[in-house]
Amino acid sequence: MAQAQAQIPVTVLTGYLGAGKTTLLNRILSESHGRRYAVIVNEFGEIGIDNDLIVESDEEIYEMNNGCVCCTVRGDLIRTVEGLMRRPGRFDAILVETTGLADPAPVAQTFFMDDDVRSKTKLDAVVALVDAKHLPLRLKDSKEAEDQIAFADVIVLNKTDLVSPEDLAKVEATVRAINPAAKIHRTERSGVDLKEVLDRGAFDLSRALENDPHFLDGDDDHHHDHDGHDHGHHHHGPSDIHDVTVKSISLRGGEMDPKKFFPWIEKTTQMDGPNILRLKGVIALRNDPERYVVQAVHMILEGDHQRPWKDGEKRETRLVLIGRDLDEERLRRTFEACQAA
Amino acid sequence: MPTVAPLDLTGHCVTACWLDDVPHFALADGSVHRLDNGHKHVQAHDGLLAAVATEDNKALITGGEDGKVLSIAANGAITTVAEAGRKWVQAVAPGPQGTVAWAVGKSAFVKLPDGKVREFQHARTAEAIAFAPKGMRIAVARYNGATLHFPAAQGKPTELEWAGAHKMVTFSPDGQFLVTAMQENALHGWKLVDGKHMRMTGYPSKVKSLSWAPKGRWLASSGAPAAIVWPFQAKDGPMGKAPLELGTRGDSSATAVCFHPADEIVAIGYADGMVLAARCADQREVLLRRGGKGPVTSMAWDKAGRRLAFGSEAGDCGVVDISG
Repeated sequence: MAQAQAQIPVTVLTGYLGAGKTTLLNRILSESHGRRYAVIVNEFGEIGIDNDLIVESDEEIYEMNNGCVCCTVRGDLIRTVEGLMRRPGRFDAILVETTGLADPAPVAQTFFMDDDVRSKTKLDAVVALVDAKHLPLRLKDSKEAEDQIAFADVIVLNKTDLVSPEDLAKVEATVRAINPAAKIHRTERSGVDLKEVLDRGAFDLSRALENDPHFLDGDDDHHHDHDGHDHGHHHHGPSDIHDVTVKSISLRGGEMDPKKFFPWIEKTTQMDGPNILRLKGVIALRNDPERYVVQAVHMILEGDHQRPWKDGEKRETRLVLIGRDLDEERLRRTFEACQAA
Repeated sequence: MPTVAPLDLTGHCVTACWLDDVPHFALADGSVHRLDNGHKHVQAHDGLLAAVATEDNKALITGGEDGKVLSIAANGAITTVAEAGRKWVQAVAPGPQGTVAWAVGKSAFVKLPDGKVREFQHARTAEAIAFAPKGMRIAVARYNGATLHFPAAQGKPTELEWAGAHKMVTFSPDGQFLVTAMQENALHGWKLVDGKHMRMTGYPSKVKSLSWAPKGRWLASSGAPAAIVWPFQAKDGPMGKAPLELGTRGDSSATAVCFHPADEIVAIGYADGMVLAARCADQREVLLRRGGKGPVTSMAWDKAGRRLAFGSEAGDCGVVDISG
């Protein structure tokens, strides 16, 4: 077998019209960060840079013919990525910009469900740009704005200069209520450090959750401050904010019995998959010297051993589910029943 | 013993073909190479996405990332058929009497022999185009089926529906069947006279190469550890029949197939670069190429059926001479 070429990382950029995607895109294309990007956009639009690695592609959803309603991929991405990957060496990474109304799930699922795309590329992170001023309005009139936040690994809370500190705190609390697992960066004019957006390894099981202070902190009283912004309070669970239909459930337990846990998580992602947008977790398995990590997009579940538990590290299991219409009581009860006796 | 004349190029070979008995290799970088008393090449596109030789093997029709549709002759002369702007030309198909069809986004275009261009719009992306063996008729593969048009005449298109994404399309040589390759590791077929469906499933991966046997008695396909060869001798095609599995490998999978022009022998290219030839009648195999740097992407026999041109994802191309 010939040597497989290295998988090219793919960053997905979501966000409503006017949230600052184009500004961020132009920065990524023009600033020197040592990487060459191929960019897949829906419209050439206002990208100020002439670059033959910018490809226009009409968003097109393909439902997989397997009877699963949430198994959707983006046909145009399969085609475009396949074309780009036939000429490797011209770029180091791919950036996919979605339209304001795009559902991020099919975009992400493309990188797991299509064998050809999967063999040549790997999803790095989903980055959502959020307009601090207009978010409350967006949440009122669209499900997509909420989905984009719920789905993101990194959230750039942009245009913070256009709102009062009180309103900003409220907006951030809303974002946090929808997605407690993402990293949030407050910015003006999309001025986020590109290191915080690119090469995140958010879907890489060996790295996922490792650089995720919020997730690891969970409901703990102490909090880290890795990213320069301190988000002291977390609203987990159902939000008190109107117009939010997504909720997150944080589950926490001790060591799990692998004979109970694996059937449970498989059944949960099968049964509740259509309602689960994202799932991430670190699992402590009984008699296992290594941390086990899981992540899921709807029904697509991945899990692997990550690294040995460190001396003195608390061997506990943490799982965050973000979704709609999730039966928290049942999930909590069945999860807890998987703990090793 | 078959002998291999290698041609080591750099880049993904999209199409290997013969033009005027000269082997040609069209690469994804837009260069088209030929072995015509030595290695020669032309730079046709900035990024080539599709390339198909005309029925008479006089020209190669190509579509590119640069939005161009070109016709390349055996001497390397390039004629522009159309320019579509900045959008990718994702599929091309040569038709009768110099007709050329191509796909950009949701539209299929046909340039007729008189130079007139007609556009056929679809609700979804036109993934692939094929001409019927007789008459001026095209099939366009799309999401949830295929659409048939008569480009030279007015009239409503014929819609063939089957849920899922259809990404390749081919007519049987007798024009009775239309077969598509799908996103979900399956072929789908329609008997055109009555629209009867044919499902051909069981592939472990996507089918990316299809080839009809002479007189259309078999349809070979890639996407499995063997070439999967469906029988099309009966009036209902392969329905209720098992396909032949030719050249089964335990350690690789078939990535390209190409039937011999006269005999029911299929050349099979594999993911590790190996090429075999296998006969339908007795399933006997002959090794044509031991292996290479990358998966075989495209193969073509010369008119006499003595030489086989092949190309790979890694650019190690060449010609196998079976006459020894």
